[in-house]
Amino acid sequence: MEDWKTNRSVFWTLATPGTFWLVLFFLVPLAFLFVLSFSDKAIIDGQMSINDYDYFTGISNYLRSLNSDIISIFMRTIWWSFLATLACLLIAYPIAFGICFAPEKWRPLLLMLIVLPFWINLLIRTYALIAVLRTQGVINSALGFAGLGPFEILGTSFAVIFGLVYVYMPFMVLPLYATIERLDKSFLEASLDLGGTQFQTFRNITLPLTMPGIVTGVVLVFIPCLGTFLTSELLGGTSSWMIGNVIQNQFGPANDWPFGSALSLLLMYATFGVLALRSLLQRNSKGVDV
Amino acid sequence: MTDNSLSDAPPPAGTIVSIRNVSKRFAGGVTAVDDISFDIAQNEFFALLGPSGCGKTTLLRMISGLETPTSGQILIDGQDMSLTPPNKRPTNMVFQSYAVFPHMTVADNVAYGLRVTGVAEDETKRRVGEALEMVKLSHLAQRKPDQMSGGQRQRVALARALVKRPKVLLLDEPLSALDAKLRDDMRMELTRLQETVGITFIIVTHDQDEALSMATRIAVMDKGAVQQIATPSELYEHPRSRFVADFIGKVNLIEGRVVGKKANAVILDVPSIGKMEMATKDIVGETAAIAVRPEKLKITKAEPKDAKLVKVKVAIRDVAYYGDTSDVVASLPDGQDLYVTVQNESRDGGSGVERGAKVWMSWEPKDSLLLTE
Repeated sequence: MEDWKTNRSVFWTLATPGTFWLVLFFLVPLAFLFVLSFSDKAIIDGQMSINDYDYFTGISNYLRSLNSDIISIFMRTIWWSFLATLACLLIAYPIAFGICFAPEKWRPLLLMLIVLPFWINLLIRTYALIAVLRTQGVINSALGFAGLGPFEILGTSFAVIFGLVYVYMPFMVLPLYATIERLDKSFLEASLDLGGTQFQTFRNITLPLTMPGIVTGVVLVFIPCLGTFLTSELLGGTSSWMIGNVIQNQFGPANDWPFGSALSLLLMYATFGVLALRSLLQRNSKGVDV
Repeated sequence: MTDNSLSDAPPPAGTIVSIRNVSKRFAGGVTAVDDISFDIAQNEFFALLGPSGCGKTTLLRMISGLETPTSGQILIDGQDMSLTPPNKRPTNMVFQSYAVFPHMTVADNVAYGLRVTGVAEDETKRRVGEALEMVKLSHLAQRKPDQMSGGQRQRVALARALVKRPKVLLLDEPLSALDAKLRDDMRMELTRLQETVGITFIIVTHDQDEALSMATRIAVMDKGAVQQIATPSELYEHPRSRFVADFIGKVNLIEGRVVGKKANAVILDVPSIGKMEMATKDIVGETAAIAVRPEKLKITKAEPKDAKLVKVKVAIRDVAYYGDTSDVVASLPDGQDLYVTVQNESRDGGSGVERGAKVWMSWEPKDSLLLTE
């Protein structure tokens, strides 16, 4: 690849559409949100004069976010996202390994089965999940045959986390598959040959060498989980709100865009925290690309 | 039962690896190794030589335990290894791709096999130091593999295997990924190492030069079976079959028909040369081939006087001049091409032969071999 400096016209020709897109549809709206987050609903509604705008008005939306309800929803969002990501990782790792070690002719089919849910609208999939989880649903019917239940699953935190795992599982499987597939099997054989047990080989060789896929998968699942509102709205009850529901409510029924903007930006800063953690892992990854 | 019928000489005393009727069939019906039996002695530098797909790597992997035989037994130091997983076997392997762990330093790579088996840390340190010393990598102990050349990574793989003090070191095509200059150095290095550590080496290679120059004994394999087991010079001078003769070095095979048998000889009718007597102890079938190496053939302008010699008039088809020697292609009257290596002993006119010339080619019967297989 040529250095962009040696061929500037090509670089700018290729970079312009993307730059244009990013600026117009990402940076400009983001800047708008940023400005809005320091505004006040009262000023926008004309109930307060712009002359009364002061330092306190500017940060009032952020101070409102320190409300204990909001903080507990924030903490819940992070906790549930963490649990969903962990569950995804624990389920997806064996799946990805299984696909890698499946006969070559089966692999495209197995991968397609993983990607298949993407072809169906999220809303439809979530409603389908309601049919599975509700009191007269598939799970409770099955449990009923075993003489158990029925259990109230819908509206619980379990239902929301279950939904998150279901929706974001492919984002975990695909990067894991890509890394495991590239993993040279002779590393594992060498570890066994040198006296390592299967478990030692997994811990010392497989896990570190597939860390790039794990980190990518975790980032790809955790970040969208943080911003979820549809899954928690449909599968959880009113007590199962995540921060995405609060934000959606501010831009919707509550019609308080400045507060919604402040919450959105706070969520974005939390995301930055996750990405910073990823960079930190990358620096400590000892020669393995993350 | 151990079947050594393919082996010319019994192995030196003290068998370390015993392969008994081992077969390996892969799913899909491919038979990679077909009922092989032989013994490898303590301290041997043993080579498994053959074209790609002959089953040599599969056999090596079965000795290491990374592959399980479909049938048969492998004994290492008298112990049946059938139920022993690779991590419990007294063998270590140098992989063709080296398989040096990319996320560990050189020292950690070498220490790996000791740490996972619970060797004390101070002993590990000492042994890692010694192993790195042995492969001359002490100054690179803290390097990462991605900052090293192929040759250096190979040394790491060697040190990592040797530090475990295995009874048998297995090397899978150890020189194939190195460039020509490094390959020569490493070849000598491996021979030196084997003499220093006194461990049995089993090397897999498709390169006859590698096998001939390093090994004390060679098993030539083809299509999953052992064709011959012998020392390098025995293999070269006394190949058992057309395949071995052709695989080990260059050879001219001249086919003939058996027309008469004597006590310790047969009479062979060769189309271009005529009837000739060849000494043999074996019972010979209808046809047989005379095998003669290019350097054993002589080319002269005049008909040789010596009545013992086999002689035939040939036409020079091609001459390739290499300074000290020339490779000459000469055609027999029936059109078959023979390869002759000519020593360029005098300065005038190179080999003294030129394209198109009609000359006499001759060889001593004792320098040729009768092959029936």
